[in-house]
Amino acid sequence: MLELEHISFEVADQQGEKEILKDVSFVLPDNKFVVITGPNGGGKSTLAKVIAGIEKPNSGRILWDGQDITDLNITERAKLGISYAFQQPVRFKGVTVFDLIRLAAGKEISVSGACEYLSEVGLCAKDYINREVDASLSGGEIKRIEIATIIARKTKVSVFDEPEAGIDLWSFQNLIQVFEKMHSQIQGSILIISHQERILNIADEILLIADGELVKHGTKEEVLPTLLGTANASEFACSKIGGVN
Amino acid sequence: MDVIQKRLLEEVSGLHVVPEGAYNIRANGQSVERNSTEHIQITSKENGKGIDIRIADGTKNESVHIPVVLSQSGLTEVVYNDFFIGDNCDVVIVAGCGIDNCGNSNSEHDGIHRFFIGKNSKIKYVEKHYGSGDGMGKRILNPETVIEIGEDSYMEMDSVQIKGVDSTKRLTTAKLAKGAKLEVMERIMTHGIQTAESRFEVELNGENSSANVVSRSVARESSHQLFVSNVIGNAKCSAHTECDSIIMDDAKISAQPEITANNPDAAMIHEAAIGKIAGEQIIKLMTLGLTEAEAEEQIVNGFLK
Repeated sequence: MLELEHISFEVADQQGEKEILKDVSFVLPDNKFVVITGPNGGGKSTLAKVIAGIEKPNSGRILWDGQDITDLNITERAKLGISYAFQQPVRFKGVTVFDLIRLAAGKEISVSGACEYLSEVGLCAKDYINREVDASLSGGEIKRIEIATIIARKTKVSVFDEPEAGIDLWSFQNLIQVFEKMHSQIQGSILIISHQERILNIADEILLIADGELVKHGTKEEVLPTLLGTANASEFACSKIGGVN
Repeated sequence: MDVIQKRLLEEVSGLHVVPEGAYNIRANGQSVERNSTEHIQITSKENGKGIDIRIADGTKNESVHIPVVLSQSGLTEVVYNDFFIGDNCDVVIVAGCGIDNCGNSNSEHDGIHRFFIGKNSKIKYVEKHYGSGDGMGKRILNPETVIEIGEDSYMEMDSVQIKGVDSTKRLTTAKLAKGAKLEVMERIMTHGIQTAESRFEVELNGENSSANVVSRSVARESSHQLFVSNVIGNAKCSAHTECDSIIMDDAKISAQPEITANNPDAAMIHEAAIGKIAGEQIIKLMTLGLTEAEAEEQIVNGFLK
């Protein structure tokens, strides 16, 4: 179980300090599929980075099964069982798809083992396994490889930052199946940042974050109808901000 | 050969035992083992300063190993190895030099390798350089490679210098005839106060000849690197030269790719990039459970692979 208690995060800008996250608290229970949604610039990605240890909160605590992990670094959290999929995956010259999946798995794996993870994200494994994770891969390809590295890790918590972004030709149905399968197989919690109604639709719980604040948190049944009432989540969130301001 | 020489041999040629096919093993300035085959003849030069390797027309699927190991501190040698490769061949040539210097005098091996390749042949040339030993004496390697590729022949040159060579000055020159093709992949890593200089001069003289000269290097600590490549298109040809470097710590790197077209149908490209390891790359690997140091090592290893 992952608990965030009163997380605040500020950055310095031209006008002085800017609050990106304002006193955000929530619990990510075990084996739940939770989607964070809300307008762009609202603090969702920062929240994901705070969980992965990439950003340090200015105040607040993060607890992992009751243990305070606020001061643990990225590596320590990864070893504990937190995975994080980048919104814009990183490219490496010379590092192959197989290398990356092997590192993600954290042990020596066979080529056929690595291929299975690629097949799960809809890539024809033999075409990709020896390719370099460099600029020759399209945005959609590298995004799927990024998801495959998270599947290979099989950790207790997997955080995905807008996994649908950049996947153009791959049907969302396939993406959703990947998440549903992960959810049923690894017995872990999945936290996804998404704007997509079809991803929101398979959530156990939905968090709405706007202007750095946790505006709404409840089951899909509770939250989704209020979002869909205004055509889509983004519009809802924008109107919500308008209301707040 | 003693234990140190055997270890050096394994580092530079991957050999645990005497290789199959033709070979010449040189240790501390002397040829210690040699084998010629029906198609590949190895003979000493009359002046004693090197060997001639003659590969007969039509030799296919054969290999030549000519490793050099130096474990005697203070030894300086210049060796001339000439390869005469016939027509319609397909062979792999593995050279390499390992120096172990535990003493206080400099050890130096300057290998001058010349390749005269006939028509319609395919050559893969692998060269690996390695240094070890904790003496004050420097380990110096100054290889010179001279290549002449005949009509419709192809040469792939793969050179690696990853560790332990204090100072190196490399010079590779090539002349390509009609339809000839050259692919060069050079990988260098320097550390400490090492210096590495690598120069390429490639002349594309024949119609439809092509060259691809790629260097990937990593400079760590206070080491210095200089990469210079000059590719000259004298005919309808295509050429690409690229230098891609990772710079770390207090290292210095200079890259000077140059292309010259003396013919309107010469199509030529050069690229050079020097940069640090991107912070994002380290973070990605840390999210997979690697420490910062392990992440750096993986990125460097992948880059030089």
